[in-house]
Amino acid sequence: MSFQRISIATLGACIAAVFMAFWITSARANDTKILSIGGDVTEILYALGQQDRIIAVDATSQFPADALKTKKNVGYFRALSTEGTLSVGAGIVIASERAGPPDVVKALRAASRYVDIPDGTTAEGVPAKVRAVAKAANAGPQGEALANRIEVDLALLAAETAKIKTRVRALFVLTAQGGRATIGGGETSADAILRLAGLENVAATVVGYKPVADEALIAMAPDLVIVMQRAPGDSDQEKVLALPGLAMSPAVRSKRVMTMDGLYLLGFGPRVASAARELMAVAYPDLIAAHK
Amino acid sequence: MTNAAVASRMNAVHLPPPGRVQPRNLIIGASILLAVASILSLSIGATGIGLTALPRAVSAALAGQQTADSLVLLNLRLPRLLLGLFVGAALATAGAMMQGLFRNPLADPGVIGVSSGAALAAIATIALGNVWAAPLMKLFGVYALPLSAFIGGFGTTMLLLTMTRRGGDVIVATLLLAGIAVAAFAESLIGLISYASDDRELRDLTLWRLGSLSGASWPKVIAITPFALCLALLLPRMVRSLNGLLLGEAEAYHLGVDVPGAKRLIVFTTAAAVGAAVAVAGVIGFVGIVVPHLVRLLGGPDNRVVLPISALLGGSAVLIADIIARMAVRPAELPLGIVLAVVGAPVFLHLVLRRSLGRTE
Repeated sequence: MSFQRISIATLGACIAAVFMAFWITSARANDTKILSIGGDVTEILYALGQQDRIIAVDATSQFPADALKTKKNVGYFRALSTEGTLSVGAGIVIASERAGPPDVVKALRAASRYVDIPDGTTAEGVPAKVRAVAKAANAGPQGEALANRIEVDLALLAAETAKIKTRVRALFVLTAQGGRATIGGGETSADAILRLAGLENVAATVVGYKPVADEALIAMAPDLVIVMQRAPGDSDQEKVLALPGLAMSPAVRSKRVMTMDGLYLLGFGPRVASAARELMAVAYPDLIAAHK
Repeated sequence: MTNAAVASRMNAVHLPPPGRVQPRNLIIGASILLAVASILSLSIGATGIGLTALPRAVSAALAGQQTADSLVLLNLRLPRLLLGLFVGAALATAGAMMQGLFRNPLADPGVIGVSSGAALAAIATIALGNVWAAPLMKLFGVYALPLSAFIGGFGTTMLLLTMTRRGGDVIVATLLLAGIAVAAFAESLIGLISYASDDRELRDLTLWRLGSLSGASWPKVIAITPFALCLALLLPRMVRSLNGLLLGEAEAYHLGVDVPGAKRLIVFTTAAAVGAAVAVAGVIGFVGIVVPHLVRLLGGPDNRVVLPISALLGGSAVLIADIIARMAVRPAELPLGIVLAVVGAPVFLHLVLRRSLGRTE
């Protein structure tokens, strides 16, 4: 009888599952261990030298690559699981304010020391974020030092961008899958980093990361194209060069198409000033060379 | 002709045909499966706290304290177990009712717009939560999303029912076509909202549509209790009319079934049950179509068997899938809908193919 066979098989599987369940050791909460939720939070903790206290990270913690390799992964930071998150046994949860879903965050708040870190894609927000993470991790002095260093870098950057006479018109391309470019319009982190580097975003009137038609690309006519890289070695640069809408643009004609790591460029973590400086070095070689 | 007579005419011999299981054995088997699934659901989780901690957890809870045991067992896993039971039972019985109403094996609650209406409302809440819907979000907090999903799903179906009523009767063919049109319209609005969303909202939308029991809590259990009671009270009253409709609307009428009333009741119950299920767990496909079919393959088309066994098996399927969902990639979690489809679809395919090959021999 098929049903009986199914139920016997299911029963067997369930009993096996119970035995498996006994193998899973329960982690005891350790007050100094940190659960880091959010790519920028993890990056800051590493920059503060607190990596050994991190017990688990979320799936967006892609930099440094060591984080996801050596720490437990609690999943995407907007789709956490209450029991899974509790099971890592962290004494402190340091989480981006965008972490979710809300009911899981509510339960975590009730069960552990939970610190919200403000989220934002502005350069001024980065030192504040560093100070907040450092305070939560009881690493105040290191945090102050790192935040001051970032503030100095940003001030230098501002002094350099002030010298720019004519702004270079740039375009950020997220992907060029299937011969259609998805570009970074206004109100995106790409737009914010372009402006920080003293560039003019030619797609600023489009809001968000949106696919655009070839004709619109022709009208944009960027001087510089920045293509996002998702992983080392992978790049859409060839596909971008093949886009008919960009063939006539000053950027492709003068071969000013560059590839940059997405997390580095758009992460708005401790490396924000250096990412902006790298963009400037390509866009305004005279200016950066003069400074050095 | 009485209902029993109809049933016996359909199963001309009292012994079940080869490959069919006696209803009594089916009920026993499904109940055992559900009991095992429930116990496992309570005892397996990422923290490794097992059933042995239950007495400690209960005594701590009675003393008004919250310990790790009581938090995990009583405040996380128990509400999750109850929600899983309800979601599985509601979706499976709703699927059985829809297939009976439309006399179509492909019908599921999506046909009458519940899922797409709920999805549209939920996705609008996710995407517009920081803009237009901000006061609403403030007022209802974490319950804004389930509430809007329920209103969206139930409301869409009630609207559909009102639109397709002609002189008190619902024309089933019109309801089906209008349902497809409404679902397509809702889908296009969802597409429009997704287009305007940023990356994170987009991921939220996708994850919500894959379904999860991750946000289970006691307030949600309390919120669905009236729906569970309603379903339990109304289902037995629909068995007779569904068995009549199996033969056709005219035949059902001649059997003494109040056909227009029965149709309205079926649509109303489905909308309420599925609306509540979608509200607490997101869109979970597969259960509504596959579980009733599995039951019919095993026990035949009599709705006295199909409805209760679907409820038991639907609950078990969701609970088992949920255990896999929370354990496979712990401490992270897989979306429930993915697990259900990955595990269930091959099993179902195997049963269907074996059955149809057996017939040709």
